[in-house]
Amino acid sequence: MLAEDSVLLREGLIGLLSRCGNEVVSAVGDAQALVAAVEEHAPDIVVTDVRMPPGFQDEGLHAAVRLRAKRPTLPVLVLSQYVQRTYAAELLDSGDGSGVGYLLKDRVGQVEEFVEALHKVADGGTVVDPEVVRQLLRRRRDPLEQLTPREREVLALIAEGKSNGAIAKELVVSEAAIGKHIGNILTKLDLPPTDKTHRRVLAVLTYLRA
Amino acid sequence: MHMHSRNVWQAMSRPGFLLSAWPWRVTAYLLTGAVTGAAALVGIVTVAAVCGALAIVLVGLPLLIVVALSGIPVAGVERRRLRLIDRNPVSSRHQVPAAPGLWAWLNTRLREQATWRELGYALLFAGLLWPVDALAITVALLFPLSMVTTPLLMATVGDGREAKVLKQWTVTTWPTAFGVAVLGLLLMGLGAYVLGVTAGARSELARLLIASREGELGAKVVELARSRVRLVEAFEAERRRIERDLHDGAQQRLVALTMALGLARLDAPPGPLADQLTKAHEEAGKALAELRELIHGIHPKVLTDYGLQAAVADAADRCVVPVDVDFELPGRPPQAVESAAYFVVCEALTNVAKHSGADRAQVCGGHRDRRLFLEVRDDGCGGADASAGSGLTGLADRVSVLDGRLALTSPPGGPTLLRVEFPCELTKAADHSA
Repeated sequence: MLAEDSVLLREGLIGLLSRCGNEVVSAVGDAQALVAAVEEHAPDIVVTDVRMPPGFQDEGLHAAVRLRAKRPTLPVLVLSQYVQRTYAAELLDSGDGSGVGYLLKDRVGQVEEFVEALHKVADGGTVVDPEVVRQLLRRRRDPLEQLTPREREVLALIAEGKSNGAIAKELVVSEAAIGKHIGNILTKLDLPPTDKTHRRVLAVLTYLRA
Repeated sequence: MHMHSRNVWQAMSRPGFLLSAWPWRVTAYLLTGAVTGAAALVGIVTVAAVCGALAIVLVGLPLLIVVALSGIPVAGVERRRLRLIDRNPVSSRHQVPAAPGLWAWLNTRLREQATWRELGYALLFAGLLWPVDALAITVALLFPLSMVTTPLLMATVGDGREAKVLKQWTVTTWPTAFGVAVLGLLLMGLGAYVLGVTAGARSELARLLIASREGELGAKVVELARSRVRLVEAFEAERRRIERDLHDGAQQRLVALTMALGLARLDAPPGPLADQLTKAHEEAGKALAELRELIHGIHPKVLTDYGLQAAVADAADRCVVPVDVDFELPGRPPQAVESAAYFVVCEALTNVAKHSGADRAQVCGGHRDRRLFLEVRDDGCGGADASAGSGLTGLADRVSVLDGRLALTSPPGGPTLLRVEFPCELTKAADHSA
């Protein structure tokens, strides 16, 4: 399920997605059509642009938030041109924050990474664009102030949707060390020890809202 | 009348003059002119005579002051009458006395030129101008009017046999009587213009002698201020348009290009071609990132979509110096204010990062007493100078257009504090979750 108002990009994305073995059940050009098409097709995942007709403001994002209010488990991947965390935070606040992704449009150029992120979101994961995360890293405010630089780094990678193994590989440390870091992060952010995946998402949310 | 004429000259230059209210206004102006002029003559002569008579016993000499001041009430009435045929504001040339009380008032009035000009006007009015008004009314209005009534006279006083036109010529037949009436109507039309010209000339003279030119200047200043606001708004709209065009055009194409290059890389067999593609892909990615920053600098979309609070938080995010933000708004200020405030904060944070050497900065603000205020402070070395070619000078202009104030205090050694405030009302923020 694809919503993008630029014909050029829409066709390009359809080509890209079909090529990587995904079926685009419907491609629409504005927010109302998106809501209607989701009703009709019940897709596995929605990929939408932020800015769409009729107002060319953030209709696409709002449509996504509304869709998730109705069906909290519907995975949504939002493509955007804006690095600002406000947009990502609004999306992550919808539902419980799992099964959502916020990526800059630049990312569709990195085909493999993009498709990987798509599948992660479809499987209920949370993905935030590294660029957005990078900007957040500059902020040093409570409650993130208590985190060590290394822990912040780990949290940033969690936000990008990476698994413990992938993080360990990226930071060139053992997976056990990463587990310890994550444990510290969760304690410092005062997140109750319930369902593990869910806590990761909550950590990311804390991160974005800070 | 679709458009209001500002004064009698404008009114006469338009085709609908005769059918508009203007001939009536002009007549009223000249008629009241004749009456007040005659009254002024009687008044001035009486006062002068009384004073003259008393002068013999020396008591009258101070009373001559009253004569000297007689121009003031006359001019006051005249300025009011001017409004009949001139919508442009007319204000007096008098200054406000420095202190309360009769003595201060007398002192001011007798020293200023305006009093003597008004006396001159009053004498001219009482001696010469009101007879001119009366003459114009008689010739251009009463004569034609009496011609129009000829058939009526013939039917009543003349028993259907004869009537006198303007007490001069005798008319004996009905066709001639009606002919004279039609001629009278035509002359009335012409007369309206004659009255218009007379009244116009009279008002110009009155303006010249007893009205301050400040009224015109004031009107010009108001118009200039408005056009400045319009310019700023046009400037804003233009920025938003450029942002939109870049977003919908170049940015989308670049995304499509990186996507195409990304796909091509998947297909390319390893070798020099794949390396070239990788390079091209990276360059396109960099171009896209640069373009995104450029667009954000032109007009940040987060400001339009989420308002000042989110945009300021974002600006703080981007600053290399850690910034604490304490800023909450219950609604949205007008667009122009939002944008000016945002760019002031951005510029201030840029300066903090570039020049201050500060370790921390703080942005706080809110909306209180119908004013939006924002403060940016840092713990840096101070010594910032708003006039020394920084971007703040241009921003100060933008702020002042919106009746806002920009203040910078930056003693050497710091800290630097920049405060900007705007008078504005907040509109309720659009509910984003709806």
